[in-house]
Amino acid sequence: MTTTSFAAGIAAIATLLSTTSAFAVTEISWWHAMTGANSEVVEQLSKEFNESQSDYKITPVFKGTYPETLNAGIAAFRAGQSPHIIQVFDAGTGTMMAAEGAIKPVAEVLSMGGKPFDKSAYLPGIVAYYSKPDGTMLSFPYNSSSPILYYNKDILQKAGLDADNPPKTWDEVWEAAKKIKSSGAAACGFTSTWLTWIHTENFAAWNNYQWGTNENGIAALDVELKVNSEPFVKHFQALADLAKDGTFKYGGRTSEAKQLFLAGECGIMTESSGGLGDVVKSGMNYGTGMLPYDTEPQNTIPGGASLWVFGNKSDEEYKAVAAFFNFLSQTDIQARLHQVSGYLPVTMAAYEKTKADGFYEKNPAREIPIKQMMGKAPTENSKGVRLVNLPQVRDIMNEEYEKMLAGDLTAQQALDNVVSRGNAAIKEAMGN
Amino acid sequence: MSPRVVFPNKILPYLLVAPQLAITIVFFYWPASQALRQSMLKEDPFGLRSRFVWFDNFERVLTDPNYLNSVKVTVVFSVSTAFASMALALLLAVMADRVIRAKGFYRTMLIWPYAVAPAIAGMLWLFLFNPSIGSLAIGLRWLGIPWDPLLNGSNAMILVVAAAAWKQISYNFLFFVAGLQAIPKTLIEAAAIDGAGETKRFWTIIFPLLAPTTFFLLVINTTYAFFDTFGIIHAVTGGGPGKATETMVYKVYSDGALNQLLGASAAQSVILMVIVIGLTAVQFRYVERKVHYG
Repeated sequence: MTTTSFAAGIAAIATLLSTTSAFAVTEISWWHAMTGANSEVVEQLSKEFNESQSDYKITPVFKGTYPETLNAGIAAFRAGQSPHIIQVFDAGTGTMMAAEGAIKPVAEVLSMGGKPFDKSAYLPGIVAYYSKPDGTMLSFPYNSSSPILYYNKDILQKAGLDADNPPKTWDEVWEAAKKIKSSGAAACGFTSTWLTWIHTENFAAWNNYQWGTNENGIAALDVELKVNSEPFVKHFQALADLAKDGTFKYGGRTSEAKQLFLAGECGIMTESSGGLGDVVKSGMNYGTGMLPYDTEPQNTIPGGASLWVFGNKSDEEYKAVAAFFNFLSQTDIQARLHQVSGYLPVTMAAYEKTKADGFYEKNPAREIPIKQMMGKAPTENSKGVRLVNLPQVRDIMNEEYEKMLAGDLTAQQALDNVVSRGNAAIKEAMGN
Repeated sequence: MSPRVVFPNKILPYLLVAPQLAITIVFFYWPASQALRQSMLKEDPFGLRSRFVWFDNFERVLTDPNYLNSVKVTVVFSVSTAFASMALALLLAVMADRVIRAKGFYRTMLIWPYAVAPAIAGMLWLFLFNPSIGSLAIGLRWLGIPWDPLLNGSNAMILVVAAAAWKQISYNFLFFVAGLQAIPKTLIEAAAIDGAGETKRFWTIIFPLLAPTTFFLLVINTTYAFFDTFGIIHAVTGGGPGKATETMVYKVYSDGALNQLLGASAAQSVILMVIVIGLTAVQFRYVERKVHYG
């Protein structure tokens, strides 16, 4: 594989450059996938950490998209040049978890930093997602988000809908979308980013439907998908039917559909809470609501990314990493991260502080994902979703969903294909 | 036929080819041997556990309906791209050859797109034909033509073929213009005097005399469509919708780099390598010997 060796070469150079000037100061590298405003936050945090003490120096390196960053990390590890910290997206969690010899659990790293590690200080829903079945925290949650509902108040009013009471259930969403379309208030009623993460994984957790066996992979990684059951078929058939006349409009596999909403083409959208910044920036008269459900909501599961620590580093380097994570966990930093970026706070203290500051009264949209995630104790269907090869399985889903939305397959056929192709892919990945 | 050059020094010739050899070994033989090795291994992404499986990966790849689909996609894509870019380039070259005033200007303008990077060419077409914001897509919709490359596989294919062909037109144009200039004017004039019309002159004199150029371009364009269009597909469709635009090269990337199936991906690289070797052999044996350059 020439691309792998090339990436490894680049990785080696990057690591060399970032470690040669070490002189009494322990240097650590942080590979990340943040762009735009979020990348400035990464730079800012690193700068503040470096200025706050003189023993350690962290160097952030941008490595491309989430999959590219994960890939670069894997290639670097194979070449023996892994960075200290790497940001890995939710879907890559299973991949990292299966690589026990390559990573060092964050719980261990944190306890090397001198302070005892207190798990209860962190938000339970998020920490559970990034922990092993036995409860050991494996990675440090950095940017967590959850899907919520966005709507364009002007369009809803124009369609004769109540702009202060957004639809709560999926049936209400379908009705509202039809009304928006038929009244001519907008060209399309409803759109959504991430059909995999929002309409499959979170749809299952939020409605307490089974997505896969073994607690969706949380209990053990050999999972059989169950997404061709009746509630999923009904949900996707509704989407496919609405897609026929353009009441539902497909934007793309990841967050492309946001453009349709921002351009005023669609009146309602489901998107990550992390997308709020762009909606605010667009200056539209928007409203937010909880992610719609079928009959009764359970809890949503986190998306976003966490920070993983590679193995085979010196104790001194691990101390540096621990110092950085402790720096990140400070209440002031967490509260600021949460309020500026729209990602969820990682610690309980940061949530309480933001609440006490009265931030949510002015910015109710920021609290929706937290409430969704913490509302109820998770069931075996709503702890999260974890596979060794979740990115690959999501791709399979995307391919089948696209065929379904193009009218080539019914929802039942598409989801049956997802299950049979997905199960075969999981089996093969587990056989490595 | 040509006299053999004899070096008196025994070592010098080896020293002279050494840099070229070193480059070939580092950039071709070494990665190629790695690909061969990897193609017979079954491994987890991090390389922590690895098993030698002989030709299992090849068997798996060749019986995978998705792989056979990518072969079909590659053939459709390559043939359409090569045909579209060559036909349009030939048309433009014949037209530009007739222009009397500002010939140089037309030619320069027509050669320009070649300097555009594949990913940028892809983005350009993506924006023009984006179903919601693309100006040309809005035009199509206004004309009542349904256009949705995000969900319609044929639309997506048309889009990537257009982007790939557009980028290659300039290159083909350049060669066709040169080829046209090499055709003796006397032949054409003689035919004109004999009463042959323009169309007849083109098909019976110009087109056959352009054959060497056309053949050369056919090989080049096929190779281009096979191996140099990754950037366009990556930027425009990412292989979708479904697997409608997933070519063999793109599948190597998505299996290896996105899905971390290193063995299967390496096996596909090896298959591609065999195809390249085959194409090169055809080029050397057939193109170089049988087609004489006018």
